Amino acid sequence: MSLHAESLTVYYQTLKGDVRALEDATFTIADGEIMGLAGESGCGKTTLAKSLIRLTPPMRFIEGRVTLDGQELPVWDMEAMRAFRFKDISIIPQYAMNAMNPTRKIGKMTSELLESRGVNAKSKLPELRRRLDLVELTHDVLGMYPIELSGGMKQRMVMVLSTLLNPSLLIADEITSALDVSSQKAVSEMLVEFRDREFVKGMIVITHDISILYQIADSILVMYAGQLAEKAPTEVIINSPLHPYTQMLISSLPEVGVKYDERKLTGIPGKPPLLLDPPSGCRFRERCPFAFEKCVDVPPFREVEAGHFVACWEVFKSYA
Amino acid sequence: MLKLDGVSKIYQTGTFGGKDLYAVNDVSFDVEEGEVVSLIGESGSGKSTIGKMILRLISISSGEINFDGVDVSTLEGSELKAYYREVQGVFQDPFSSYNPVFKADRVFRQIREEFFPGMGDRAWSEKVDRSLRDVGLNPDQVLNKYPHQLSGGQLQRFLIARALLLDIDFLVADEVISMLDASTRIDVLNLLADLKSRGLSILFITHDLSLGYYVSDRAVILYSGYIVEMGSVEKIYDNPLHPYTKMLMASVPRLDKKWEEVEMELKAKKSGRAEGCVYYERCPIGEDACARRHPDLTQVEEGHLVACPYYESA
Repeated sequence: MSLHAESLTVYYQTLKGDVRALEDATFTIADGEIMGLAGESGCGKTTLAKSLIRLTPPMRFIEGRVTLDGQELPVWDMEAMRAFRFKDISIIPQYAMNAMNPTRKIGKMTSELLESRGVNAKSKLPELRRRLDLVELTHDVLGMYPIELSGGMKQRMVMVLSTLLNPSLLIADEITSALDVSSQKAVSEMLVEFRDREFVKGMIVITHDISILYQIADSILVMYAGQLAEKAPTEVIINSPLHPYTQMLISSLPEVGVKYDERKLTGIPGKPPLLLDPPSGCRFRERCPFAFEKCVDVPPFREVEAGHFVACWEVFKSYA
Repeated sequence: MLKLDGVSKIYQTGTFGGKDLYAVNDVSFDVEEGEVVSLIGESGSGKSTIGKMILRLISISSGEINFDGVDVSTLEGSELKAYYREVQGVFQDPFSSYNPVFKADRVFRQIREEFFPGMGDRAWSEKVDRSLRDVGLNPDQVLNKYPHQLSGGQLQRFLIARALLLDIDFLVADEVISMLDASTRIDVLNLLADLKSRGLSILFITHDLSLGYYVSDRAVILYSGYIVEMGSVEKIYDNPLHPYTKMLMASVPRLDKKWEEVEMELKAKKSGRAEGCVYYERCPIGEDACARRHPDLTQVEEGHLVACPYYESA
């Protein structure tokens, strides 16, 4: 078992009160699993990722336990987490393009980064070169400034940097969103390659583009308004989702081969609730066509079939 | 209706502007009335530059853009204003299209001051209401709000409503949905398709091929400022011929099948292109002749043009 989170709850502190961005998240990522994390903007994807690695104010830890390879992570303690960051748990941030220090040559920045973690930079150089080859970057980039690289190249450089110490868990936050389709494909396939070569044990890939997840993820976790809605193997989420939100989300995606004149797709009417003082119970219930009186209670995130978790009272009826 | 004829955009680069950079190179295509044409390309392909040239936001270096038979680059003063009554643009980022200090409806007021100074309050507010309903918004819910109080999809539809106030015939939609969430995306796409069925012509600029397929009649594929392939969407998507188009089609993430094993060329395999084909460096074919001359766009079947003489061997 690689990562297990138990009722992880994180709020944002604001002057108006708490924004309940992540509520009672319980899930497991197995060894070697690439878990996709999908949902609309503002549903808590990034909050979940950040709370696993760097929980900074205004984020506020409410409750929960996170274990990585059997060891408990002190996610609520910024200082104590320093021992785990980069070594055991690492992130490729959103907009990784701007993640590198613009005033340092990339090679120098890399060695400074390694030295700051007490790793001898010279000893890592051969491995660094091997990995640059793997992502099709020339060794010359180490002598360049970040500005000399294209967006896709910077993205790949940050991928190599983040995984250099073979972390147990890698979080990739929207790393393909700003790329062209061809680089998008290359970067996604590199993520799989990194897992296959065991540079990282488990991975959380955050994106709003579900079709990318279909290509690379082993399982997909769908979030809605701060709550976990459904988690299942990729094929199941795409082909036979159970949660009404997942169903509507999947059916609203345009694909090559679908034309407006032939098959008109529909969006999801309404919009997500504000997480400052959200409605009680299931937060999707106002947009849900199946909502009934039971939905004023929060549905548990229950395993209805092996590996298939869902939080919906309507679904529970058929699994009673 | 709109016709581009040999349009190029040249930027001077280098310390003293000594080098020419062709952002758009000899591009010709047209958009018929009530037609949606997708302009598809990666970043740096010149697709937005073309949109901006049509909207007269940047000048044309050579060639001509004709709208209903009139060369748009010659328009000035009242003629230009008349042009903007018919042609409008909506851009990628709905959040930065507004001034956050003012309420969002200010964009409507500006249209009124500029184009309808004589119109009475009552008639104007009816017009605004109608155009908001046309884009599927409820005027009571969205008027008199600040931009941060509206969602991205609402703001984007607001901008389309603003364009519709002018009874336009032609809309340049530059990546209008790439910033929106999947669930709101499809609403804006459906809106564009509805407008099309009412006779509006749209130039739909996108890098997402599945979105292009959903709404458009024809597609133009750009690479590095050149048109490499164009034709009806069905022909291009079912039977892509140019090696670049093939590579693009193979990289689109799809929900019905997994990525095939396609050779991805991220770094140039070969170098040395001064006059040759733009795609030579990344192309799997790359004959010697390709390095010498950029191939012309030639018709391979009814309504399907390709700029690659070796497409069959790809």
